[in-house]
Amino acid sequence: MSNKQIETQEILVNMGPQHPSTHGVFRMVLSVDGEMITDVQPYIGYLHRGAEKLCETMDYRQGIGFMDRTEYLANFNAELSYVMAVERLLDIEVPERANWIRMILVELNRLSSHFMFVGAFGVDCGVFGTPFLYSFRERERLIDFFEEISGDRMMYAYFRPGGLAWDVPANFVSRVEEVLSSSEQGIKDMDGLLTNNEIFLSRTKQVGIIDGKAAIDWGMSGPSLRASGIEYDIRRAEPYLYYNDIDFDVITGINGDVFDRYFVRLQEMRQSINIVRQCLANLTSGAILADAAARNLRTPPGEVYIRTEAPRGEYGIYLVSNGDNRPYRLKIRSAGFSNLQALRDMVIGSYIPDAVVILGSIDIVLGEVDR
Amino acid sequence: MKGILISMKVTLSAFFRKPVTRPYPDVHKPLPETDRAFPILLWDEAHTEPYCTGCHACERACPVECMTVLMKDNPNHVNNDGTSKRKKIIDKFWIDYARCMRCNICVEACNFEAIAMNNTWSGHETSVYDRKDLIMDLPQLLAQHRSGNIDEWVVS
Ligand code: SF4
Ligand code: SF4
Repeated sequence: MSNKQIETQEILVNMGPQHPSTHGVFRMVLSVDGEMITDVQPYIGYLHRGAEKLCETMDYRQGIGFMDRTEYLANFNAELSYVMAVERLLDIEVPERANWIRMILVELNRLSSHFMFVGAFGVDCGVFGTPFLYSFRERERLIDFFEEISGDRMMYAYFRPGGLAWDVPANFVSRVEEVLSSSEQGIKDMDGLLTNNEIFLSRTKQVGIIDGKAAIDWGMSGPSLRASGIEYDIRRAEPYLYYNDIDFDVITGINGDVFDRYFVRLQEMRQSINIVRQCLANLTSGAILADAAARNLRTPPGEVYIRTEAPRGEYGIYLVSNGDNRPYRLKIRSAGFSNLQALRDMVIGSYIPDAVVILGSIDIVLGEVDR
Repeated sequence: MKGILISMKVTLSAFFRKPVTRPYPDVHKPLPETDRAFPILLWDEAHTEPYCTGCHACERACPVECMTVLMKDNPNHVNNDGTSKRKKIIDKFWIDYARCMRCNICVEACNFEAIAMNNTWSGHETSVYDRKDLIMDLPQLLAQHRSGNIDEWVVS
C-alpha cells in the first residue's frame, strides 16, 4: 500500500484553556493533518479583569496596584511605565537616587522574569524538573530580595509618581551584590544545562522560525523581536531613566528560531547583571520622592504615551487626562499581546509538540495579554 | 553527547550544595521587617484604647473598598473624666481580608499612625474554610498588636 492510499483527515484539536503548558489560561484550536499543524486559532480573554477600566475609576496612587496585577512576572517594569506616564503629565523631576534604585530594581526584575522563562521553557521542551527547579531557586533569591525592599513577593506597589514609596534598607548595596553573584551562578547553571544539550538543541533549533520583517509586521518587540536579528531595544532607541549613561550590548539572534529566542534572553540576563553593577557604582544618596508629588495628584489635561523595555518587550502606557485626579482613559500596550499575534506564522507547518515549545518561547504572561 | 555530559555535571554539582528548601510548616522563613501581609490596627497602651479615631481617611483611599469604619464619641475623653485626648474614637471597624490587595495605601493615608501592615507570619497564614471568616472586626484587628506580637513598622 503506497502512501497515496492512506487518506488523512484534518481534525481540530483543542488545547487549553486549562492546560499546563499554555502558561495561564490560553486556548488554541489546532487544525492538524496527522501530526502536522495546518492552522491555529488562538483564543484569548480568559484572564481579562478589565485593568484599564478599573484604573479609570482610581486615582493615580491606587492604580499602581493594578499595574502589578497585569504584568505579574515583571511588576516593577509595569509600575515604571505607569508612574513615568503620570510624571510626564505632571512634568515633575524625579530625584536622582530614586531613578537609580528604579533602574536597579527594573533590571533585577528582568533577571527574575527571564529565570522564570528559562525554567518554564525547559518544562515546555520536556525536561521536567531540573531547569525549572534550578531557575526557581535563583528566582526565589531575587524575590526574597524584592520582599525585603518592597514588602511583598510579587505585588510590590513600590514605585510612586515622583519617586519611591519609601527608602531601601541600609544593606541594599551588599544585598544586591549577593543576589547578583548568585544569579551569575544560576545563569551559568542554566547555560550548562540547556545551551549545549543535544536533546534540547534538536527540540529548539530550526523550529518556529520567524524572519525579521514578519516579526516587525506583527508588531513584535523585546527579545522575541531581537532573536530575529532586529537590533531594536527601547532602552537604546528611546532611552529613559539613565540608560543613556550605561554601557550595555543589545543582544540579537540570527535565525529567529526558538533556540535564538531562548539564547537572546540568556545573554540578556548577563547584560542585566552588567547594568545593575554600573547602576550600583552610580547610586547616590538623597531624596527618594519629589517634593512636587503631593498625595492627591491632579494631572493637567493632556495625553501621553510612555513605553519602556519590559522583559517581554514594549510595555506602553497611553494616558489621557482631563484634569482630574484619575486617568480619563488608560490604555496598556502589552508586549505579550502583540508577540502572540505572530504565533500562527510560527506554528503552521510544525508538529503538535512543537506548538508547545513555540508558545513557550514567546514567553507570554496571560495577565498582560488579557489585562 | 558532550552537551549532555555538561548538563549531567551541573546536575551532579547540585549534590554538593546546601539545600535551599525548608520544611515549611515546621520551619518558617524569617520575614523582613518591611514585610506586608494584611493591615491591622494598633493599640495605644498608654490610654488603653486604639489609636484609630475613625476618621475614614483610609476607607476613602482604599482602592478595593474593603474597609468599613464607624466612629463614636470617645467615652475616655478628658471632658468625660477620661485620660485620652481623642474626641472621637473608632466604634466598629471591618476589613475584608478576602478583598484587600495589600497595597499599603491605607497605612500611607492614615494621619494618626493607627494602622500598619502585619509583618509577621500570622498575617500570611490566614486560610479559613468560610470566606466570611476573613471579614475581620475591631477586636480581631487589634488583637495582634495588643498582645505585642508585632514589630511595628509604619511607613513615615
Ligand atoms: S492594604 Fe490597600 S486594599 Fe488593603 S485595606 Fe489597605 S488600602 Fe485597602
Ligand atoms: S486607621 Fe487611621 S485613617 Fe483609618 S479611620 Fe483610623 S485613624 Fe482614620
